Amino acid sequence: MTDTEKPQSDKPAPDVDPHDARAERSRSLLREIASGDALAGVLAVLLAIFVGSVMIAAIDEGVRETAGYLTARPSDFFTAVWEAISGAYSAMFRGAIFNYNLTEPAQQWRPLTETLKFAGPLILGGLGVGLAFRASLFNIGGRGQMLVAGGAAGWVGFQVDLPMVVHLPLAVLVGMAAGALWGGLAGLLKARTGAHEVIVTIMLNYVGYYLLFWALTKEWLLKTPGSVNPKSPPMKDSAVLPDVLGERFNLHFGFVLALLAVGVAWWLLNRSTLGYRIRAVGENPHAARASGINVGRTYTVVMMIAGSLLGLAGVNQVLGTVPSGVSLDLDAGIGFDAITVALLGRSRPLGILAAGLLFGAFKAGGFTMQTSENISVDLVLVVQSLIVLFLAAPPLVRAIFRLPAQEAK
Amino acid sequence: MSTVTDTPTPDSGGLAADTAVAPTRKAGARKLPIALGVLTALLAGILLRSAHSGDTTFQLAAESDFVTLPDIVVPSGPTAWVMVVVCLALTAEAVRRMLAHVRQPGWIPIVFAIAWMTGFLSWAAADGRIRLVSLLGGAVALAIPLVFGALGGVLGERAGVVNIAIEGQLLLGAFAAAITASTTGSPWAGLVAAAVAGALVALVLGLFAITYFVDQVIVGVVLNVLVVGLTNFMFRQVLTPNAESLNSPERLRAFPIPVLGDIPLIGPILFRQTPLVYVLYAVVAIVAYALYRTRWGLRVRAVGEHPKAADTVGIKVNRTRYRTILLAGAIAGLGGAYFSLVSVAGFNREMTGGAGYIALAAVIFGKWDPIRATLAALLFGFATNLQGVLSAIGSPVPSQFMLMLPYLVTILAVAGLVGRSRPPAADGVPYRQQ
Amino acid sequence: MRLVLRGITKRFGSVVANDSISLTVEPGEIHCLLGENGAGKSTLMNVLYGLYKADEGEIELDGEVQHFTGPGDAMAAGIGMVHQHFMLIPVFTVAENVMLGNETTGFAGSLDLEAASTRVTEISERFGFHVNPDALVEDLPVGVQQRVEIIKALSRDAELLVFDEPTAVLTPQETDELMEIMRQLKEAGKAIVFITHKLREVRAVADRITVIRLGKVVGEAEPTASNAELASMMVGRPVELVVHKDEPELGADALVVKDLRVTDLAGHAQVDGLSFTIRAGEILAVAGVQGNGQTELTEALLGLQDDVTGSIVLDGTELVGRSTRQILDAGVGFIPEDRQVDGLVPGFTIAENLMLNRSFRSPFVKNGNLRLGALREFAAEKLKQYDVRARDIDTLAGNLSGGNQQKVVVARELSRDLRLLVAAQPTRGVDVGSIEFIHKQIVATRDSGIPVLVVSTELDEVVALADRIMVLYRGKVVGIVPADTPRETLGLMMTGERPKDLKDVAS
Repeated sequence: MTDTEKPQSDKPAPDVDPHDARAERSRSLLREIASGDALAGVLAVLLAIFVGSVMIAAIDEGVRETAGYLTARPSDFFTAVWEAISGAYSAMFRGAIFNYNLTEPAQQWRPLTETLKFAGPLILGGLGVGLAFRASLFNIGGRGQMLVAGGAAGWVGFQVDLPMVVHLPLAVLVGMAAGALWGGLAGLLKARTGAHEVIVTIMLNYVGYYLLFWALTKEWLLKTPGSVNPKSPPMKDSAVLPDVLGERFNLHFGFVLALLAVGVAWWLLNRSTLGYRIRAVGENPHAARASGINVGRTYTVVMMIAGSLLGLAGVNQVLGTVPSGVSLDLDAGIGFDAITVALLGRSRPLGILAAGLLFGAFKAGGFTMQTSENISVDLVLVVQSLIVLFLAAPPLVRAIFRLPAQEAK
Repeated sequence: MSTVTDTPTPDSGGLAADTAVAPTRKAGARKLPIALGVLTALLAGILLRSAHSGDTTFQLAAESDFVTLPDIVVPSGPTAWVMVVVCLALTAEAVRRMLAHVRQPGWIPIVFAIAWMTGFLSWAAADGRIRLVSLLGGAVALAIPLVFGALGGVLGERAGVVNIAIEGQLLLGAFAAAITASTTGSPWAGLVAAAVAGALVALVLGLFAITYFVDQVIVGVVLNVLVVGLTNFMFRQVLTPNAESLNSPERLRAFPIPVLGDIPLIGPILFRQTPLVYVLYAVVAIVAYALYRTRWGLRVRAVGEHPKAADTVGIKVNRTRYRTILLAGAIAGLGGAYFSLVSVAGFNREMTGGAGYIALAAVIFGKWDPIRATLAALLFGFATNLQGVLSAIGSPVPSQFMLMLPYLVTILAVAGLVGRSRPPAADGVPYRQQ
Repeated sequence: MRLVLRGITKRFGSVVANDSISLTVEPGEIHCLLGENGAGKSTLMNVLYGLYKADEGEIELDGEVQHFTGPGDAMAAGIGMVHQHFMLIPVFTVAENVMLGNETTGFAGSLDLEAASTRVTEISERFGFHVNPDALVEDLPVGVQQRVEIIKALSRDAELLVFDEPTAVLTPQETDELMEIMRQLKEAGKAIVFITHKLREVRAVADRITVIRLGKVVGEAEPTASNAELASMMVGRPVELVVHKDEPELGADALVVKDLRVTDLAGHAQVDGLSFTIRAGEILAVAGVQGNGQTELTEALLGLQDDVTGSIVLDGTELVGRSTRQILDAGVGFIPEDRQVDGLVPGFTIAENLMLNRSFRSPFVKNGNLRLGALREFAAEKLKQYDVRARDIDTLAGNLSGGNQQKVVVARELSRDLRLLVAAQPTRGVDVGSIEFIHKQIVATRDSGIPVLVVSTELDEVVALADRIMVLYRGKVVGIVPADTPRETLGLMMTGERPKDLKDVAS
């Protein structure tokens, strides 16, 4: 090899081997969701709502009756479809924002406070999942983190006697600590052994569930003496999150905590050095490591913070929304909803705030829809997951609406 | 010199251990002896803390056996201690092999497991009766959806598509099976519908994960939520009001196979099951053979290990992936039929209760191999059934901890403490053609 | 088989990768495609192999125009390709790899592994390859893996074989063996296309040479042409890569490495008892074929390797056992060999990348908060100083060209308070203009009294920059020699041979 080997020229090499373009290696979830254009986003939501509408119409008695003589009198059919769908959505509106059927302003606006109440834990959970996303970690363990945190906070909430100024913060902090422990465990295992966090967090959901189940069978932990139900006694008043707008509304202090958490998360990600390192690790762990950042420790810390946020969501349930006692369904599906919130909010704190409010409104409205129109609240789950799916695949949405494909960069 | 083969790096959604962060150390040799030692100590500890006196009866016969095996009655305390000694001996052998740098043969953990379990059961069921047939046969039955789900998971991941949506496939399978079997009056039609439903979920998974490169874990998780929402919605709006016509399927009955079913012990456990179980045996055998011994299997594995290499020899990567996950979805969907046609007759909200995630655990614990995954699923089924049996005879081990076992074992497995798992190299990595 | 390419044009967006390329390859000849990286050679071959579809032009084999829709068609037509990154599945056996896509099957699609093994053995014996069909590919040395690729092509009765930069990963001996194999194949009547940018290899085996530059054929050359002629055709101007530097002003011993040993996960010693010293104001350049311990050496210096013994003392401070962060803080600058992996965060802006290894303390950090103002000011200044061609400091690093990315890395490292600079492959994949700039910066660093360790597999670069040259082979020092050592001697040393009369130069 005594001959000259020529230096390599460099224009943006046209024949980029995917192997060489390892930088482009998709940190896919973030990039794809972050790069979708706004139009496709709006259309994704519309599309999902459209599918929901079809489902509403399909199960409606009137629609099915009129469909029988569709060709004879199509107007009947379309009137029925309109009535079913508009009925459902106006019920949602009444349940989520403003009930125009009532007269007293406070009562009229009560639904909005319900929306905020439901949004609180969704925002907290969404922050927990979204923060982990920014470190390229997929935290599916929201359920377990909420359960463990709820159990811990609940234990403090009814087993301990303290004045409120100490009791409530203590219960909240203990819950957050338990969530941090449960989340941090997944981070630690990843840091130490390379175990994939998706698997570990899924499995920890169930371990947490059975742990709480077991705790609910022990009187020194969470069991109600003399009861066979797996449910703890109610929280002491000194440990319950106070109402924000007085007793007439269900909105409790948890929502304020959620707003605070949004601010803290925003600061953390955009202004703090820890957040800078979290993002560096998420975007390129190799470069982060070569730059002196301890990747494993960052993983652990991120998962602890994520766990504490989801823990706070669990605390919010136990000490705020349902203070009547810890039970196995205290997570109310929020652990998984949080994933959709984080995805819709593109893992950015303000986006998560907006997504949490939207899904909170869906929830609040969904319950009203169920009671007044007899349409199952589960419809909300369908719409919610469809939004996220469509949002993740803008090309699909464009294809459905026959929009020109975006020039790939 | 190490390999420079262009291996795709699985850090975009795949489930591989992250070696960039935690360079995995060579701790393999010590694991087995340590694990055995800990378990032996645990058993001895249990015996010391609360000694049980009396006899334990192991009943080997089922009710209608052709040849009736006698019951085995043993003194529970001494038997348990004998088993501790056996376990100790096996541990010693494992230690000896470790020190001599000899490979640990597979029989050591197997014999150990049997001895340990025998010791544990004779202690736990002192003055009681263990019906081996119902213990093991029940384990097989409970493992049905897990095995189907795990096979579906193994197939998909071998082709490079991570399938978190097993849970959704099981659930939609259960739903479709119930409706179809009710409307047609034939549970067999229900089975077909279950398979179709599973494949349908897989199709959506493929659409997003393969065609549109959406992160596979995200699609899987969201699909599970979607299926829960859909089936809950339909259950409340459609099935419940019309339960008579839409949600009262005929149940699949146990169908003893002549001759095979009459073999003592094995017959009642394996061959007096529902037809779904026999379908399962066939599927396991076919998948295990086909994956390693046929052209189809070679190509599936190639696509999951190194899609670009497969592409350069003319294999259509994404088409292969689609076909494989559709088949995988159909298999997982069949497992769903267990819930609404075998376990109980009829569909109920979220009736799969996380079985899909246990199946996923079995995929990983089974190291992405069909036979091992099947065994892992059987083990998890056994753990679940054992919990039921123990709580019936009043075991001192809280049932919640027994139920936790599959999940704990899986965590230990991915953490590299129980065997090293190595997923297909391109697992979870979408393939983009230029 | 006779291959004719006629007017092949391939565009990627606005970039024309192949501009109306025409080419003829006769059976029984080795036809070299010579060109710089990025000249469009690989694109052309991917078109030929059916991986890309040409926008214009046609492919003709033995007089018949072909319409390939994928590699399967190309293979069926008798084209075999030995890829630069081997297209082998590591966990499959040799036989499985060879039969993949072309399987012999029995009942119900069951594999006939027997037949595949026989076929491998047959071909292997015919050409003297010594490949065991039942071995797992991942257990084989690189050179043998490459032979498996060749067997793969031959087992499909390929008449035209394309070798895409086949020597990049080979040792000199393996390279010679490959040349021999290529001659054998030629004797057997195969047509061979050999893509490379290495002149020695071209002159060793080529029957004909076609030179490509910027996607166009710029001419044909005879194998008898001189290096200088070939080089200037390839680059488009007379090439002179001399770095102007003054005699070093040597200071005290700054970096003292003693008996350094780095063991990989499999337990092999990748760096095996290295000892060397660099004085302040001196450049020590490490020469060697890729994969002889250079990566492990630089990573050990930075604390990125886990299993390290021996000692690395910088200005009296022991570095072995310290964390990467401590080592960086001790004033070690690091230009990693693969900037895309270890050097940059592509999703970060230029500004964010410039503080990557200073995220713990001043000047960009105060009480756990980022000092964005200070960072922006700094970044704007460096953008100018280092001539980074980007719209502004908020441009994502991933959107920059290779040369500009590397300038960002260099800017970041050289703007810290350094006591040692470790530069691994500082100009790999970088345009000629940036190369000159980066070389100047490295020399300037040395002139300011900082010890510099340069690692390069390009002998040119080593010779241009070095004050002394250390040659590595299989993790060991073959010798530390003066910068004016003849290239022939250096080349020989890179194969692990040490000339008898060779004397090491002390610093």
